[in-house]
Amino acid sequence: MYSFTPTEEQQMLLDAVKRYAEGDIRPASREAEESTELPPELIEKGWELGILQASIPEAYAGFGDYSVLTGALAAEGLAYGDLAATLGVMTPNLFVLPILLAGSEEQKKSFIPPVIEMEWKAYTAALIEPTFDFDPQALETKATQKGKDILLNGEKIYVPYASEAQALLVYADLDGKTQGFIVPGDAEGLSVGERQKTLGIHACPLYSLKLEDVKIPAGNQLNGPDGHSMEGILASWHVALAAMAVGVAQAAYEYAIDYAKDREVFGVKVAQKQAIAFMLAEMGTDIEATRLLTWEAAWMLDEGKEEAYKHAFLAYSGAVDMVMMVTDRAVQILGGHGYIREHPVELWMRNGRGFAAFTGLAMV
Amino acid sequence: MISFEMPKPLVQTRTVVETVAKNMMRPVSRQLDENEHEIPWAYIEFMHTATKALGSSSMAPDEAPQKKKEDPEKKKRPPINYQRLMIMVETLSWGDAGIYLCTPGGMLGAAAVSAAGTPEQKKRFLSRFTGKEPIFDAMAMTEPQAGSDTSAIRTTAVLDEKTNEWILNGEKIFVTAGNKALVDSKGFIVVWASLDLEAGRSGIRSFVIEAGTPGCKVTKMEEKLGIRASDTVSIVLQDCRIPFENILGSPTVEKSTKGYKGAMQTFDATRPIVAASALGVARAALEFVQEKLAEAGKEIRYGIPRQKMTHLEREVIEMEIQLRQAWLLTVKALWMADNKQSNALIASMSKVKAGKVATVITQKAVELMGPLGYSRDFLLEKWFRDAKINDIFEGTGQINLLVVARNILGYRGSQLR
Ligand SMILES: Cc1cc2nc3c(=O)[nH]c(=O)nc-3n(C[C@H](O)[C@H](O)[C@H](O)COP(=O)(O)OP(=O)(O)OC[C@H]3O[C@@H](n4cnc5c(N)ncnc54)[C@H](O)[C@@H]3O)c2cc1C
Repeated sequence: MYSFTPTEEQQMLLDAVKRYAEGDIRPASREAEESTELPPELIEKGWELGILQASIPEAYAGFGDYSVLTGALAAEGLAYGDLAATLGVMTPNLFVLPILLAGSEEQKKSFIPPVIEMEWKAYTAALIEPTFDFDPQALETKATQKGKDILLNGEKIYVPYASEAQALLVYADLDGKTQGFIVPGDAEGLSVGERQKTLGIHACPLYSLKLEDVKIPAGNQLNGPDGHSMEGILASWHVALAAMAVGVAQAAYEYAIDYAKDREVFGVKVAQKQAIAFMLAEMGTDIEATRLLTWEAAWMLDEGKEEAYKHAFLAYSGAVDMVMMVTDRAVQILGGHGYIREHPVELWMRNGRGFAAFTGLAMV
Repeated sequence: MISFEMPKPLVQTRTVVETVAKNMMRPVSRQLDENEHEIPWAYIEFMHTATKALGSSSMAPDEAPQKKKEDPEKKKRPPINYQRLMIMVETLSWGDAGIYLCTPGGMLGAAAVSAAGTPEQKKRFLSRFTGKEPIFDAMAMTEPQAGSDTSAIRTTAVLDEKTNEWILNGEKIFVTAGNKALVDSKGFIVVWASLDLEAGRSGIRSFVIEAGTPGCKVTKMEEKLGIRASDTVSIVLQDCRIPFENILGSPTVEKSTKGYKGAMQTFDATRPIVAASALGVARAALEFVQEKLAEAGKEIRYGIPRQKMTHLEREVIEMEIQLRQAWLLTVKALWMADNKQSNALIASMSKVKAGKVATVITQKAVELMGPLGYSRDFLLEKWFRDAKINDIFEGTGQINLLVVARNILGYRGSQLR
């Protein structure tokens, strides 16, 4: 049967996320962007919602079952508040969820509980590399076997909270395949570069990272020396970003509606002009369409459906274009005022463009 | 709980209808396209027998077979009649959108009778569909000077109090299946007319005119870009007299626009069905492209960065995304209709999206297939022509955008024209 109604539990989570996004994130987001700092209390409060904890089984100290769909619902709700804060709150997901999805039993038992039982701490992941055609399936960072150890060498960018990382999941190429490796934050050969400056999400602390003969035991490869498949992880990146793109777009869309119904031009409201009203209608339609495709992909992943990975990619790919279209139009609908930093639409437009480059920055 | 699992009965429906589409539609598609106004009788007879065997008078959800026995287990199942209709229409249109429009039994006319008619009227007008012969209906709103602006219709209905008959005068154009309803079968058309031209919208009512009624004449059959198997006709009403009981809804003009609004409400159900038809044509075109690429050994690589994709890969992936998005909007619109939730917003969204997507996908498909796309050796060029109608009838793309915009802005028609 088709159904588009979340479960009661999901609805409760959604309500809590909405209160946090509207009551806490949104009021803090401009200040965070300008000062390039996410207040730790804000992050901690988001962490206390227990979104990640609720998707980890009891055996690993969580209190729920892993569900991409529930994660996607929450991610959309958070991103509706602000994207930088969302990425901040969800940074530990980048470390925990790949271990849950692809790690060995031993790795799950030893690495997951310390992260989710405590207050928010910087557990993060390093994936992205500084090339225009960056491809997670063809990494430049190399892993080489040396006896019982693995040596990691390469250069990463956009590593959230790298400067204070307790531990990271580093993705590197091992014999032509991308694999994840658990690396302690104080590993020798690991050097954190300057804080990176980006088009948007200024508040999210992103760093470059150099790995020079970083030595870790072979057992730190996800799932041990036998390695693991990347497909589930890739799909989770895709769904998470698609859901967040919907959240960002929804924020811009609602803001544009309110503005257009208030502002007058030529004796009528801006929204009464078809050129504007039609833009809004298309924005609303494409947001809902993208949301449904994202939910469907998430549901397929949860149900283990054939083609779920492909659907996750389709959802993400559609979301990348949708969020750019919607946020651009939101700025357009506000006219010159949209270009001024007093309004949030210019921020959403800058954040919106990021989804094309953010693969690996979010997981659900 | 959110679920995208297609209900089992619908999977079965799709399998059955697919056989019809493959065996009774595709093989005659080209023939009917090249011989405009030829009637696909084999398909019609088959569908007539099949729907009758199912104990149903039409494809309209309200007329779909009702379970006679009270089975408590079955009763708990959520309703899926609109969703079923969507699957049927999508699959039939994947077969051939023009032939689909020749499906006998209640369509738009019956939908209007179902929505606004009394039990007596329903019996009188709808029972004919289960008879021996296939019967058609039609809906006549559009006039030469009034298309999108339906409130501008000038056809009049005047009551002759002596005979207790309505006298209708005016001209209707672009009536889908009008000839089949009035000439090729003993069907009926639902005609929209004004009781009082001064009263504007509030004076507009719908009337049932049965085949054979004097003063009601088909005067022209249009020649079209696509969906050529479907007849599109002009109808002239000249002192056409019908019984008083043939009016749907109240015979008096009140200040309210209830009658007019009733007509608009039936669109909430019919628009996603038109969307479904668009989706079927689009899927046919996309599958054609995918088959030809596979034959040529061209693989579409999903999941790689865009910067590494070929143009062809990007286009095909984009088509898939758009088609699936439109499909999901349509499913949700009809799921809401089945669950009696008000769906005006998403119904129009689905029509906007599907109409556009079908048009773009078929146009892109012809482009990507180069000389093959342009050739009449294949059906792709026909689907390009067929698809376009979905952005025009049941409210043009613009009119549906207006409906969506008014909904999201909370505006009345007077605030956003
Ligand atoms: C094959 C076919 C079958 C049809 N079947 C039926 C049928 O069975 N029954 C029936 O009643 N009708 C039928 N129609 C008619 C169809 O519904 C109308 O053609 C359609 O509603 C548009 O009306 P129009 O052609 O008069 O265009 P117009 O109303 O003249 O529109 C011209 C252009 O202006 C745009 N426009 C109009 N109003 C606005 C506005 N307010 N804001 C912005 N843009 C606007 C339109 O989108 C369009 O692009 C059929 C048409 C065709 C071609």
